[in-house]
Amino acid sequence: MCGIAGLIHRQGTGGIGQEMTDMLQALRHRGPDSTGFAIYGVPVQNQYVLRFKVAEQEDLASGFKIHDEIKARRVSVDERLKTLDVEIIESEAATEYAFRYLISYNGDMKRLADYVEDVEGAEILSVGNALELIKDLGDAGVVSGQYKLGGFNGTHGIGHTRMATESDVDIRSAHPYWAYPYNDISVVHNGQITNYWNMRRQMERAGQRFVSNCDSELLAVYTASNLEQGASLEDSLKRSIEEIDGVFTYLVATKNELGMAKDTMAAKPMVLYESDDIVALASEEVAIRSIVPHEIDTWDPYDEEVRVWRT
Amino acid sequence: MADVSAKETSSHEMGMHTEQLSGRDQQVFFDLSDEGGFTYPDAYEVDFNKRAEFDVSGMDAKQINLHLRELMAAGNGTIVIKNPGAKHSVAVGILNRLNLIIEGSLGYFGCGLIDGPNVRILGRVGWSFAENMMAGTIVIEKNAGSTFGAAQRGGDLVCRGSVGSRTGIDMKGGTILVGGDTGAFSGFMMQRGRMVVCGNAGKNLGDSMYDGTIFVGGEIKDLGVDAVPGEVSDLDRAWLTRKLKMYDLLPAGGVDHFTKIVAGKQLWNYDNLEPTEKKIIL
Repeated sequence: MCGIAGLIHRQGTGGIGQEMTDMLQALRHRGPDSTGFAIYGVPVQNQYVLRFKVAEQEDLASGFKIHDEIKARRVSVDERLKTLDVEIIESEAATEYAFRYLISYNGDMKRLADYVEDVEGAEILSVGNALELIKDLGDAGVVSGQYKLGGFNGTHGIGHTRMATESDVDIRSAHPYWAYPYNDISVVHNGQITNYWNMRRQMERAGQRFVSNCDSELLAVYTASNLEQGASLEDSLKRSIEEIDGVFTYLVATKNELGMAKDTMAAKPMVLYESDDIVALASEEVAIRSIVPHEIDTWDPYDEEVRVWRT
Repeated sequence: MADVSAKETSSHEMGMHTEQLSGRDQQVFFDLSDEGGFTYPDAYEVDFNKRAEFDVSGMDAKQINLHLRELMAAGNGTIVIKNPGAKHSVAVGILNRLNLIIEGSLGYFGCGLIDGPNVRILGRVGWSFAENMMAGTIVIEKNAGSTFGAAQRGGDLVCRGSVGSRTGIDMKGGTILVGGDTGAFSGFMMQRGRMVVCGNAGKNLGDSMYDGTIFVGGEIKDLGVDAVPGEVSDLDRAWLTRKLKMYDLLPAGGVDHFTKIVAGKQLWNYDNLEPTEKKIIL
């Protein structure tokens, strides 16, 4: 089933970490397997937040040596960053296997991503001036508490509660997906893409990289590919309704935008609330009510509807 | 073998049940001679002048529905629910007359399987609202989600705002009135009943409808398979005027601009059969 939510503050920043936690916790019944957040702070020029992991949560139960291996993998990542002249300004271990680095880097982001992900078990969750992408197993309360998101202040965010159907219960298959290798682009999706393998094969032949077998990752790669070719976010969302088959409602966030698209059958839910201060979207109104308790007007976007809001 | 009650024996003799009943009995046996007549086993006798209200902000759907039943069992005929918070599955399975006012919005599957109450909702409702509604009246002051009034069998279901996609899917009777627009695939596989949309209708309106009537006051994006325009008769106009007036939805210019959509009836299987095959089936 899965639940998705998005929120944008139109007049500056707000407590986006706690707000997204509340919204996703209200959607827990739509999927308790994993929860993910893509939240955006105020962009800092020439500094990037690098979120990566070097193991899956389930790997911790796989053997006596795994803890030493995780440490060794992190050292390898650090060495590779040093080789690329990356300055690590701050580093923080969110969990034993997931890390947040604040870095300064002037080189090619694709080269950095490929070089880091060449380390066994390493996967970059996100890179960006403003984006912080966090995802792990458990409901929103668990993940938010684990990664200390409650105090995060920012402009906008998207999130996902996952009921695993077609791929594993692991961090790799959890949403949001970062649109490798482009800064600050993330995607969450509710639905099923029926031409996933055809499109994936086409994209892989064109040089795109996939890290999971989750059909939702396709939307991130697809969006990144379109934006790279100069399309606007709105154009990419509109084109997806023509080119992607299946039932879907998905959200895309960039450094300063939040967009949504709904498929031609309108088979997946989305409730929308707009005010002068915020735009809130969610699979169910209960999520919006968790942050806007007073009486409000909400509505369902229709089939093939595309919307983009800016901070 | 379990003892067979007099009611069961009677229904068996009438040929209604020939199978051997075992386990939990899901059948309801009506008896005209009963004092209650055709009332449901879980229906309550209420007094409209007896009023109760309760705040549901700290309650889940089960607690809300159980408390509703307790209040009806106590004879309350007018009940107000405060702070519903868009919760799911609220006010379902009410099988008796009742004036129910919901001061806020409901989530999914609200007011499903109801037979008789008059409900007024001051907010919005989510997906699959009033699914399988059998009788009564529901008026929603704001918007509604998709599959609004799915499989409705009777009663008046009114939304003053706009509704989502697949409104009245599999509708089998009753009336749906929409003050605003409706989304794609509205009236999909409609079998009976009437749907009135004062605004615009999305694509594939009335797709695969078997029967029933759809009236649209605004633009229709396109018609579904086997949905065709029908002729709006004086009787139709009189009915539309009366019905829309009843719920304060009558447009200032009247109903002359409404389009009528009916089933082309080309999808009925036996219409595609050879005459000899029809004889066998019919």
